[in-house]
Amino acid sequence: MADIDAKIQAKKRRNRLLFNSAAITYGSLIYLFLYLPILIVILFSFNTSRMNLTFQGFTFDWWGSMFSNRTLLESFYNSIIVAGASTILSVIIGTLGAVGMYKFEFKLKSVLSNSLYIPIAIPEIVFGISLLMFFSSLHVQTGMVTMIIAHVTFSMPFVLITVRARIAGHDRALEEAAKDLGAGESHTFFRVTLPCIMPGIISGGMLALTLSLDDVIISAFTNGPDAKTLPIKILELSRRGVPPDAYALSTLMIIGTVVIMLSSQLVQNRMLKKRGEETVSP
Amino acid sequence: MRGKFSNAGERILAAIRKFLALIVMVGPTGFWLVLFVFVPLVFVVVISFMQRGDYGVEAGFSLQGYLSVFSALYGKTIGKSLLLALETTALCLLFGYPFAYCMTKAPKKMVSFLVLLIMMPFWVNSVIRIYAWRTLINDNGYLNMLLEALGLNTIHLMRTNGAILLGMVYELLPFAVLPLYNSLEKIDPSLLEAASDLGAKRHRPFLRVVLPLTMPGVFASTIQTFIPCLGLYYICNMMGGGTDLYIGQVIERQFLSEAHNWPFGSALSIILIVLTIVMMKQYTRIGSLEDMA
Repeated sequence: MADIDAKIQAKKRRNRLLFNSAAITYGSLIYLFLYLPILIVILFSFNTSRMNLTFQGFTFDWWGSMFSNRTLLESFYNSIIVAGASTILSVIIGTLGAVGMYKFEFKLKSVLSNSLYIPIAIPEIVFGISLLMFFSSLHVQTGMVTMIIAHVTFSMPFVLITVRARIAGHDRALEEAAKDLGAGESHTFFRVTLPCIMPGIISGGMLALTLSLDDVIISAFTNGPDAKTLPIKILELSRRGVPPDAYALSTLMIIGTVVIMLSSQLVQNRMLKKRGEETVSP
Repeated sequence: MRGKFSNAGERILAAIRKFLALIVMVGPTGFWLVLFVFVPLVFVVVISFMQRGDYGVEAGFSLQGYLSVFSALYGKTIGKSLLLALETTALCLLFGYPFAYCMTKAPKKMVSFLVLLIMMPFWVNSVIRIYAWRTLINDNGYLNMLLEALGLNTIHLMRTNGAILLGMVYELLPFAVLPLYNSLEKIDPSLLEAASDLGAKRHRPFLRVVLPLTMPGVFASTIQTFIPCLGLYYICNMMGGGTDLYIGQVIERQFLSEAHNWPFGSALSIILIVLTIVMMKQYTRIGSLEDMA
């Protein structure tokens, strides 16, 4: 009996090992597919040839020349401004909305809740042309402001939904306890509710930032002649060939975002841990 | 008497305060959605029924936009675009499903890192990533070098519909994986064990238990790939030959390029809106909207 059991166990273990190695191989291949073009971007930012066809030789030239490429840098700054402003705005609006929808019952709540999915679901191009026609019918000159408005419109629902998911798991009793102990409405919000939902706000904000920096289509319809983001500038350049200094700038952005994301992940983990400890030891 | 009055007064005051709090908190969201989502979409509907003008549109009723949409020329464009979206969705599910399945088997601690790894490519904007694919797939590129080294025939991919399909799958695969992962992760592993303990053959527990339980995820992934695929015009521009256009490219040209035919572009967009609404309606029958985002 024991012998058969041991055999079955050994077979199970072998099967699991086989499955695991197959899973790891397959997973790595998919990740390779996702990262292949990024590796090309990094590699070709050091290429001596201007043409992005084959790797000719190693140089740091583009890393120097990118700092004197005015139009490229300008579009990079525009991207940062649009992403920063739209993230801050959508975090404020989205968080307020999520808390309000959690706290209050009101007539159009389900309508509002379903409407959040409209900007998420409709194709970006439809969203882009609708805003273009809207702004130009009102004779609003498109530029930085219209791009920020557009970016808030597509990222705010994501923030609201992320924060709302976080509040749903949050204990109402905590707030009641704070109020029973004499804390006012705003005091309760800032000292009890806000810290609880902070991880949701941070991940919602990160999502907003990511979506804004990566956006092409909606920016393509709402940008102005002197206000273009980096993806739009590169899209324009791509017709004649993207210069390698754009690759160098993109590589720099990869490094920057990796640092930001890792540190935000750390902060988030620490917060979750801290909250965990607090609830364990009352 | 006095007590009663002040009670009523307090109640009114509390109601006013609640109302004000509601306006301050939910108001901005509602205002934003109405002004920048609903009103612009109304513009699309209205303009689709107007006359074409020098600057895109002119006052006056016309069905010309819709008549052009259903003409033979653009009927072919729409059919072609739907086919591309279908192929993209099928490939994303085919590659994404096993990948999401592998992710659920990874150690719990690693999962958030693995999800982060899927999101990370977004931080390098997709234009430059798609552009980098051209380096890989051009006739003398690394893909063909690899094929040659393996003793295989080289392929001509650049500026073909195959290159567009590659770009679409590349761009949309992450969006397909995440809903699939969410639905797979919810399955109780003991269900699977029970199924195989009861003597179900190897593929049976998968077909009978896992796949039906993850249908909402499969549907969500389908929506997340099928619909955006119809709009990603810049991938068609960068990867394709530019001879015969897809629906997204045709729409774009009515607004950003020489064509300037807003009613036609709007009418084409209405098709995409209707398609989105129909798919979302079907989806809400089997899955919740929360799982989509």
